[in-house]
Amino acid sequence: MYSEKFQKSLALVEAAREKNIALEPDRMTAKQKEDLLAAFHPDYKKDEFQELKIGPNKGEKVPTELAEILQAHSRISASSIDLENPDYETDVLIIGGGGAGSSAAIEADNAGAKVMIVTKLRIGDANTMMAEGGIQAADKPNDSPATHFVDAFGGGHFAAKRELLSQLVCNAPEAIQWLSNLGVEFDKTEDGTMVTTHGGGTSRKRMHAAKDYSGAEIMRTLRDEVLNRNIPVIDFTAAIELILDENGRAAGAVLMNMETKELMVAKAKTVIIATGGAGRMHYQGFPTSNHYGATADGLVLGYRVGAKLLYAETLQYHPTGVAFPEQIFGALVTEKVRSLGAKLVNVNGEVFMHPLETRDVSAASIIRECSERGNGVDTGNGLGVWLDTPMIEEIGGEGTIMSRIPAMWRMFAKYGIDIRKEPILVYPTLHYQNGGLDINPDCMTTNVENLFVAGEAVGGIHGKNRLMGNSLLDIIVFGRIAGQSAGAKCKDVTVGKLTLDHIEKFEAEIGKAGIDTEKVSPVLLPDYTRRK
Amino acid sequence: MEKMVNIFLFGKKYEVPENLTIMTAMEYAGYQLVRGCGCRNGFCGACATIYRIKGDKELKACLACQTKVEDNMYIATLPFFPLVKQVYDIETVPVTESVMMQLYPEIYACIGCNACTKSCTQELNVMQYIAYAQRGDFEKCAEESFDCVMCGVCSSRCPAGISHPQVAMLARRINGKYLAPGCGHLEDRVKEIKNGDFNELIEALMEKPIDEMKELYNNRDIEK
Repeated sequence: MYSEKFQKSLALVEAAREKNIALEPDRMTAKQKEDLLAAFHPDYKKDEFQELKIGPNKGEKVPTELAEILQAHSRISASSIDLENPDYETDVLIIGGGGAGSSAAIEADNAGAKVMIVTKLRIGDANTMMAEGGIQAADKPNDSPATHFVDAFGGGHFAAKRELLSQLVCNAPEAIQWLSNLGVEFDKTEDGTMVTTHGGGTSRKRMHAAKDYSGAEIMRTLRDEVLNRNIPVIDFTAAIELILDENGRAAGAVLMNMETKELMVAKAKTVIIATGGAGRMHYQGFPTSNHYGATADGLVLGYRVGAKLLYAETLQYHPTGVAFPEQIFGALVTEKVRSLGAKLVNVNGEVFMHPLETRDVSAASIIRECSERGNGVDTGNGLGVWLDTPMIEEIGGEGTIMSRIPAMWRMFAKYGIDIRKEPILVYPTLHYQNGGLDINPDCMTTNVENLFVAGEAVGGIHGKNRLMGNSLLDIIVFGRIAGQSAGAKCKDVTVGKLTLDHIEKFEAEIGKAGIDTEKVSPVLLPDYTRRK
Repeated sequence: MEKMVNIFLFGKKYEVPENLTIMTAMEYAGYQLVRGCGCRNGFCGACATIYRIKGDKELKACLACQTKVEDNMYIATLPFFPLVKQVYDIETVPVTESVMMQLYPEIYACIGCNACTKSCTQELNVMQYIAYAQRGDFEKCAEESFDCVMCGVCSSRCPAGISHPQVAMLARRINGKYLAPGCGHLEDRVKEIKNGDFNELIEALMEKPIDEMKELYNNRDIEK
């Protein structure tokens, strides 16, 4: 139930609904999109970025908040750590217990390696768990990996590393099959055909889903499998510094118990960073759809030992974060809501764009509607536009919402809003880190040997913007590749003497560059105490 | 001025704005959460919480990230509950009701008190999905339990010591792997890719100049 102040606009939305359902809005031209992004997308706001003064990406610009933690002090000094007596020794050390880390663990285990996962929260506390809409794979007769490639390459502004993108699209059907064989319940028709829909920027309907719990269903299945294999999961334990060996190769990590603060050493033949994204850094003050631990830790760990970043200046703002009610401000409203037919409508009840443009374009368009055009709805806590969810029931028939997006219904029902009957208010929310550590197709970083990366911490797979459903796909495809590569590589590795010398070298660089900071990193968790 | 309410965190009184969730109210009160906080969006089950409103006989359960505070709310979080998860091999697990007998025999000790259902933070019919599991009806158990976030509140209230979320997890995996219909177009596509059927198309894209890629992208046909 919306209060009195929303009723006038709501009446306009309802009055125009029939007409708006029938309307087929034009898609924007390439030029229109370019101009829109330049004027309204947060990635283009120059004063929100800062040039890196040290490290492998010196001279490049990244979000100010990221620059601060990439150029911050270590949480430890090398002299306080005993590297001679490691607390753990393993073949493959995986940092992060989300979808990428868990997939990597299963494949490294298949390769016969001794594997261990460390995670600062619990296994499954990850953005994977929250991915609602689905996972792409070109497995229908009218589709092909090449078509998928073109969609993703264009959607990412022609910036993806093609050797990574081809891996993504060519391994996609097998990834779905692998998950199915683990017991993931994809939405299918009675004859086994996958129920697939469009996502923003797709040219074929290739979005596979498990209702709107797609990521949760995948994550809980992977977690169950990791536990069935008795792979050790050291939870509430963060990696706070990588360890190299005397030959400059990744060889473990310094760990910290999140509760007791005890420090420990893990020695490993290969290390996989699968630490996920950065939404909780709240770039440019945006709310986020990300889980509590999304603080770019992997980028910091990698950067400090000299691993290169790629496209760290590009973030994805999901067009439809919750704008109202305040209690769930910034939470994700899955793109699937638009895939199922709901359109974006302004304060006057007008459809102002095609609902399935790519995410960056959609976000910029909503920001323009609420700023320059003055057509936003005042929520009492900022502005938003309507996402007309009752259209879904009219188009797909009564019951569509409960069978296809029950989590969305539940989230709003808790606050007295029945999305079957009333539209919802949305505004862009910080959703995804497009950039990350630079890797080769085998997932090893381009310049630190035995250091592998998978999942959201990787840069370059998607270019400068990511399509819906390609992230769940990338954590599975590259999680598996990382596990296979690291599991194979460790057989030929003899670890040299362990060292943390890089900490002192990095400190010296900070001093030399005249960076005056008291910040330490990785951040690990955001601080929300004493805040509303 | 926003309206304030009194809440009691582990028995200690704090005054907090009434529009906060239990989770944000704890943070407002000064807690830096490590336990009991995960996705903050109702998907991960990390923030299971029990509470009682003063004067009310009923003990309620919820997810702290999804529930608004109320005046005189007595709150205790349940960041961990010792669920029993049995280890099994999904490749060789028997697809009959005997698997439940082997791995989770305690489900047959259910006394039908319905405390699990009453306490479910997702409002699922927990006792019903356990009944399906008892009968080996994995498909129905999977469907009925699908929205489970495995927070463990049901198990904390169960006099028979059942680990409901783990029973449902097993049923869903069996259903997904063995009982759901196979997918022909997926199998075909995996074979075609392994066979190299798309190699030429992909290789052509690997070398194509950006201008031609733009041309291709901007003029591609989009399925209705």
